[in-house]
Amino acid sequence: MGELRAYAALAGGKWRSMLSYRASFAAELLSNVGATVLDVVTVFVLFRATAQIGGFTLAEAILMTGLTAFGFVLADMTVGNIDDLKRYVRTGQLDTMLTRPLPVLPQLVFTDLPLRKLLRLGFGATIYGIALAVNDVDWTVARVLLAAVVPVGAALFFGAIFVLTASFAFWWVESGEIGNGFTYGGRDFTSYPITVYSNWFRDLFAYTLGFGFVAYQPALALLGRTDPLGLPAWAGYVSPLVALPAVAIATAVWRTGIRHYRSTGS
Amino acid sequence: MIRMRELRKDFTVRVKAGRLRRTKRTVSAVDGIDLTIEPGEMVGYIGPNGAGKSTTLKMLTGVLAPSSGEVSVFGLTPVPQRTRLALRIGVVFGQRSQLWWDLPLGESFRLLRHIYRVPPAEHETRLRRCRDLLDLDEFLDTPVRQLSLGQRMRGELTAALLHGPRVLFLDEPTIGLDVVSKQAVRSFLAELGASGDVTLVLTTHDLADIERLCDRLVVIDHGRVVHDGSIEALHARYGSRRSLVVDLDEPLPPDFALPGATVTGSAADGHRVTFALDGTSAGTAVAGLVAVASVRDLSVVEPDIEDVVARLYQAG
Repeated sequence: MGELRAYAALAGGKWRSMLSYRASFAAELLSNVGATVLDVVTVFVLFRATAQIGGFTLAEAILMTGLTAFGFVLADMTVGNIDDLKRYVRTGQLDTMLTRPLPVLPQLVFTDLPLRKLLRLGFGATIYGIALAVNDVDWTVARVLLAAVVPVGAALFFGAIFVLTASFAFWWVESGEIGNGFTYGGRDFTSYPITVYSNWFRDLFAYTLGFGFVAYQPALALLGRTDPLGLPAWAGYVSPLVALPAVAIATAVWRTGIRHYRSTGS
Repeated sequence: MIRMRELRKDFTVRVKAGRLRRTKRTVSAVDGIDLTIEPGEMVGYIGPNGAGKSTTLKMLTGVLAPSSGEVSVFGLTPVPQRTRLALRIGVVFGQRSQLWWDLPLGESFRLLRHIYRVPPAEHETRLRRCRDLLDLDEFLDTPVRQLSLGQRMRGELTAALLHGPRVLFLDEPTIGLDVVSKQAVRSFLAELGASGDVTLVLTTHDLADIERLCDRLVVIDHGRVVHDGSIEALHARYGSRRSLVVDLDEPLPPDFALPGATVTGSAADGHRVTFALDGTSAGTAVAGLVAVASVRDLSVVEPDIEDVVARLYQAG
């Protein structure tokens, strides 16, 4: 309970700091939603050229895009700013977080809760809702549950990728944009039916790294389609569980990383 | 209360060797430190840049994990028990702020109360004491980014004390401050230390901090302790002596000798002579002088701690 108040205080501090720069907050709010809108528009543009992509219609593809957008923004809004870890490590400012009576990861998260991404979250949720409505889903109890769990699973999965790639900064201060390849690259990958990708690339990203279970596989289960790539129907229902090993790995790497922290001179 | 045993911290650095090759080299920032600090002590930690002062402090506060050796504070091992330790220690890193840059100073204190889960009444009492002693009232409502360095440092000290820590670690608390702000910080810390409730461990380059505040001086160089004791003990060990400078109407006769003192310098054609006092009191020496020469002016110079420390650094 006490810890929750502490985190609320951290988040509140950020909120009030932001209010001292109102105009730039409004601008960021708008430019941020713009980015997500563009991601979705891209899918529409693609389907202007062809009726089907990788064997899927526009409505079906939008389900995957919406799912990805919703889950990703959820993760981006909560732990996405952990990307700032690079800066904290490079400047040694992480020292101050390490001398407070709270774990570092939630401190980083709550110190800079990017509320400017709030509109994006609404947009992602809306697209997901619309996609579920236009797709003529044969609703069963299992599918209702799945529809509710999948965005959370996707958010956990992307969150784990955020934490994992941010942890690189503990070893390589100049980790720069390497992490973004996995976070934003992964998001773009899961926005489309994975049938569009070539074999080795798909095997690596979809099955080895697990991105295929974020949106594609659960979308198949929701739509009641058999997988053209051959996985059984139940695979879609259990795929949100892929978030669990991802979170476990990310936590382990984070913990190892923080012991590698070297701080800076003085 | 604070114990370090064979404490080491090694860093691996990559050194350029040829155009693309890099070779790894291990550098010991802290190279086997043994130190015990008792409750209520005021310990000054000095050493040249890169000697390992900050690294030691960071291992004591749980920021860095030691490479080997033991460290314990209140019986807690800082790295795995970092969050529990944090509730009982206060930390001021002179070069890092723990205040909220864009918020009024008072707001930072309020947030810290929640972070450290301090009961409101205790918070209020401690804050009032700091407000009085550090004159915070005039800038309590000013955003931290608009504070002067001296004001901000007073804010940092308050922030580190609001949860009532029993140990206060200060890394260069007076760095960059003007004379008045330095005085304010020093007298506040002196008062804090005199109360006996708080153990102070501070690193500094300003030896006046040490002379004013610390009864124990630890000198560290190349990651090792080269002196541990009082300032007087340092002087005794390095043979730094008080000296007597006299201005004379006439130069002293060449065969002149003053018992218990040796001539260490002569200037202005022998009109100004400096004696180092080995054991004899200044009074006896002066009496011996005026008996044989006409003394126009004289001064007694205390040994300069800066010189001693400079010699110590060079020796290492």
